[in-house]
Amino acid sequence: MSNTIPISTPRHLAKTPTGIYGIDEITAGGLPQGRPTLVAGSAGCGKTLLAMEFLVRGATLYDEPGVFVTFEETPEELVNNVASLGFDLDDLRERGLLWIEHIYLERSEIEEVGAYTLDGLFIRLEHAFDRIGAKRVALDTLEVLFSGLHDEALIRAELRRLFRWLKERGVTAVVTAERGDGTLTRHGLEEYVADCVIVLDHRVTSQLSTRRIRIVKYRGTMHGTNEYPFLIDQHGFTVFPITALGLDYNVGTERISTGVTGLDEMLGGSGYYKGSTILISGTAGTGKTSLSSAFAAAAYARNEHTLFVAFEESPAQIIRNVRSIGIDLEPAFTKECLHFHAVRPTLAGLELHLATITDQIARIKPSVVIIDPITSLISQGFNSEVRALFTRLIDFCKQHGITLLLTSLSVMGQDPEGTDIGVSSLVDTWLLVRNLEMHGKRNRGLYILKSRGMAHSNQIRKLVLSSEGISLIEIPSSSLQLSS
Amino acid sequence: MSEQNVSKQLPDLPTDQSEFWILRLYVAGHAMRSLTAIANLQAICEEHLPDKHHIEVIDVIDDPERASTDQILALPTLIRALPPPVRKIIGDLSNTERVLVGLEIAQHSH
Repeated sequence: MSNTIPISTPRHLAKTPTGIYGIDEITAGGLPQGRPTLVAGSAGCGKTLLAMEFLVRGATLYDEPGVFVTFEETPEELVNNVASLGFDLDDLRERGLLWIEHIYLERSEIEEVGAYTLDGLFIRLEHAFDRIGAKRVALDTLEVLFSGLHDEALIRAELRRLFRWLKERGVTAVVTAERGDGTLTRHGLEEYVADCVIVLDHRVTSQLSTRRIRIVKYRGTMHGTNEYPFLIDQHGFTVFPITALGLDYNVGTERISTGVTGLDEMLGGSGYYKGSTILISGTAGTGKTSLSSAFAAAAYARNEHTLFVAFEESPAQIIRNVRSIGIDLEPAFTKECLHFHAVRPTLAGLELHLATITDQIARIKPSVVIIDPITSLISQGFNSEVRALFTRLIDFCKQHGITLLLTSLSVMGQDPEGTDIGVSSLVDTWLLVRNLEMHGKRNRGLYILKSRGMAHSNQIRKLVLSSEGISLIEIPSSSLQLSS
Repeated sequence: MSEQNVSKQLPDLPTDQSEFWILRLYVAGHAMRSLTAIANLQAICEEHLPDKHHIEVIDVIDDPERASTDQILALPTLIRALPPPVRKIIGDLSNTERVLVGLEIAQHSH
């Protein structure tokens, strides 16, 4: 399956949206309607949660009642386990939107004497379906049958019959299965579920754990083929990032102010493009956070929301510091137009950080996102994996018309034009701030390294941070000497 | 499992309850396999538990609720409700020897 198929390909397959953030995007609309989907993964990777959220979202967003068939956990355990994700299963059960059927099977308690069928399972399922008019079902996990009963040939025959029956009933099913050693599932359930197979993974690298999801197979439809990190938090499942399947986002010509008059002038007189990606590189103390804050203040002046991801300073500290250069972020903050997300970069891996940021973007729906600085995230170097993750974040912002401003801390003595080269090709506008030595004084200088699609100044201007605000002053070219 | 439900249908209980057998057979409709299981169970009980057993046949197609509450998955399923502990046997009970072992019925040596 390749993802070069144009998005306009007519859809032959009816899909059932999962309502789970990100999964509908990577499956281009959801799971195959009226058919089973296999979710395979090792223990603790989130199979049960995925299956449960599929039903909860179905019930709450699409008015599709669902039956959860649990072979392992009791209904009480399930209710408690997902309460932390904000799912009130008891409420859904009372409203007839969810039915939990607990199937208990213990080999040691059962003697097998002669021929039998699993009609009891079918009858119970049918009864549960009829009770609430189920459109969705989750089976978690059928493999218990293999450990609970001896007759494997019979189980296989009955599974085949079960999946045929589920298709006849037209319910959209999620079937979970344990990952096998070298195989997709331990008992080969993929043999019966041929339409859609999703694999969940849970990896620990450098003591940081990352969950990943991948669509291994989706018959008859296009789908994203990458591994996508995902997050399980208080809002449930979030698959990140929502990679664009192509570079097909709308490109606007609208310009927005940078918050600094002199900078607007340098950028063709009208500031950044709305929905573009901006990188500000510079050594410590060159005014990156100040420029970011000015942009946030400008967004507030336009009545737009900003998400400010701060890795080095607390919100209170940023507000206090930029007040000294005439930028007042307080009103934006108190009116909840400016949202801070301040975390220590070491708290989690890069993927998790980016997942959390995307998650916040989806909830806050800001027009402007600032990440100050991205260097905190990429301390291990800008390798291809990191680059891929940033590409996805940038794509995500572009798709949603969000202007993304990134700052990058350059190391003294190193040329930022060289060190930030990895991320710079992904951005539309790249600004450099650095120290200038002029007439025995140390000053800040700003210049535009690139700015796609606009006429921009090639000057180096003096960046002045004063109590009156930020200004950019033209420097007579004769007196210029760079230092880094 | 509700014991009261069953005891209502019971004939006079003998004084020594440990000697009395209550067996529930869960079947699905009147399929061949159901009928075979019923016939097999009756024959075994007549021979090995004369006058001290009670068989209740439950058709889970008529009473699917019962299949859930009693955790029935395979059919036919035989449950020994008395004497304790509860025992579960699945299948058409075609192998008398193994049914006797499964139910822990002492076999008379001939």
